[in-house]
Amino acid sequence: MQYTTNPIVFTVLGIGARKEEDMTMTIDISIRFGAPWSLPGHMAGRTAAPYALGPVRTPRRRVRWHAATAVAAALIALGAGTILQAQDLLNVSYDPTREFYRDYNAAFSTWWEGQGHDAPRIETSHGGSGAQARAVIDGLNAQVVTLALASDIDRIAAAGKLPADWQSRLPHDAAPYTSTIVFLVREGNPKGIADWGDLTQDGIEVITPNPKTSGGARWNYLAAWAWAERSGQDPRAFVHDLYAHVPVLDSGARGATTTFAQRGIGDVLLAWENEAYLALNEMGEEAFDIVVPSVSIRADPSVALVEANIADDDQRALATAYLEHLYAPDAQALAFKHYYRAWDTSAADPADVARFPKIDLVGIEDFGGWAKVQPQHFGDGGIFDQIYVPQ
Amino acid sequence: MTALPRHRRAMPGFGLTMGLTLTTVCLVVLLPVGALLWQGASAGPAALWDVGSRPRTLSALALSFRLSALAALFNLAFGVLLAWVLVRYRFPGRRIMDAAVDLPFALPTAVAGIALTTLYAPNGAFGALATPFGWRIAYTQAGIFIALVFVGLPFVVRTVQPVLETLDREVEEASATLGASRWTTVRRVILPALLPAALTGFALSLARAVGEYGSVIFIAGNIPLRTEIAPLLIVIQLEEFDYPAAAAIGIAMLAMSFTLLLAINLLQIWTRRRTGDV
Repeated sequence: MQYTTNPIVFTVLGIGARKEEDMTMTIDISIRFGAPWSLPGHMAGRTAAPYALGPVRTPRRRVRWHAATAVAAALIALGAGTILQAQDLLNVSYDPTREFYRDYNAAFSTWWEGQGHDAPRIETSHGGSGAQARAVIDGLNAQVVTLALASDIDRIAAAGKLPADWQSRLPHDAAPYTSTIVFLVREGNPKGIADWGDLTQDGIEVITPNPKTSGGARWNYLAAWAWAERSGQDPRAFVHDLYAHVPVLDSGARGATTTFAQRGIGDVLLAWENEAYLALNEMGEEAFDIVVPSVSIRADPSVALVEANIADDDQRALATAYLEHLYAPDAQALAFKHYYRAWDTSAADPADVARFPKIDLVGIEDFGGWAKVQPQHFGDGGIFDQIYVPQ
Repeated sequence: MTALPRHRRAMPGFGLTMGLTLTTVCLVVLLPVGALLWQGASAGPAALWDVGSRPRTLSALALSFRLSALAALFNLAFGVLLAWVLVRYRFPGRRIMDAAVDLPFALPTAVAGIALTTLYAPNGAFGALATPFGWRIAYTQAGIFIALVFVGLPFVVRTVQPVLETLDREVEEASATLGASRWTTVRRVILPALLPAALTGFALSLARAVGEYGSVIFIAGNIPLRTEIAPLLIVIQLEEFDYPAAAAIGIAMLAMSFTLLLAINLLQIWTRRRTGDV
């Protein structure tokens, strides 16, 4: 089941109180529903009649108004974003892309100016993929979204902000770079973890975020499922067993990395490959090892243009170029540099490309696509919810 | 009612102050609560009941209210003690301690949560002490309890302190001259006078703990049925774009909190009457 909601926008025009002789009080509140300015797709301005609260006023001949005070006119607009100029662009992205987009924004701006345009002002916002999608649905004025999961962009499409066929508008199903899920273990791999099957042995603690709140965690879960299917186990029993070994369920990928790396909890962290390399980079190669399992999933972070937030043709040109340029050789090289498995190796540093070991990668299409996977596994009462029922 | 003569009040400004108050209460309290109820109403009572009666929801609500009550009880006892020490004794560093009591108010709760987690994690300063005994504090219910005690501590201290300061020592002396033992004086003279204020502090501390999110999610393991608090479950429902389910849990928490606070208020009225302090 799916729900969408419009932000409630209303204006309190005035509130007045008057005290009657018989010590009752009448309160008038007049409220106007709808935004005082035009917000496309939102509730149109409907004016509600003033409400009378409190004890019903009895008619009297001499009603003496001790006071009738109309005090406030307040605007409450939930989710009203800032209005951007044509040469401004807001990219709403997920957590581990911080470093990549910092570099890409600089590279793109230089290239765009080289094409004879004014310098664009590009801003990027990062957070949990689901929360970011919700912010865009609720009115965050993003022209492009670059999220962890296609299903999060599908949510935005379902809210009417971009066309349903967005995935066919860019090459490789609108995934300019991909990643996969690997294991991060403590230095020297003391528990001898080599593959998914080792994770459910006695005494092993696995750190992975909650798939309900983290996009990356859904890839973790699906990778485990894919391995169990390939190796002839009951996948449902295997993921059930796996999550019984999880002592802390963080809400996002960065939180899980902190729990594992800083707090010293757990024997193995299931992580995005790019996040695992980043952890090695930041915390020193002598602290952790990366273990690559026999089977994993091809995690496709997707990108799309948010049609509803495009102000004019200039901005459309900029936003379109911003997304299309992600597939250009120099941008692909940047993705490789930031530990993503991109598509075009022509301009990439061979060392960046050679870093990635070959893995048997399963795609989301092997599961029947997000439209099927999302409700079946992660929906309300889905397979993941059934793991956590009282025994 | 008919023969009531009308008086002009001694103080002006009833209309203005009442209007301002009502506006502020509407904007700050009633509108958000109204939006919550509206969201819940749009789903219908059957859907609300369906979400509210799930084992996972019930377990999260039970966990939140149980640990909040325990933390508030701890704060009640420790807060009265702390207030007593701060008011009755003079010692070096008293003012610093007095100021430190307010720190949980000033610190962003996320900072508190991360700091507590760092300390109580198995590799943290305190957590390392507990590890040899096979105890785990962070990522268990014990960790949640500690976080809730932290955020709720100032309430009892700050409500009891002014009452203690105005308490006449002569009353205690009178009690002693009438032959009461020291313990009887504490039990029959001082504690009854503190009880209404302490109950207020308890109620505030409880209410704060029930709704606490920021500091708890870092130190709780967030495992469903074991260490998942109700506010986190609300956030999870929001992540699933399931606004009515989130509203359902919110309404359940609101109803339970309201009942609890009402009960505490009634208890307070009763104790005031009993102790003759109207």
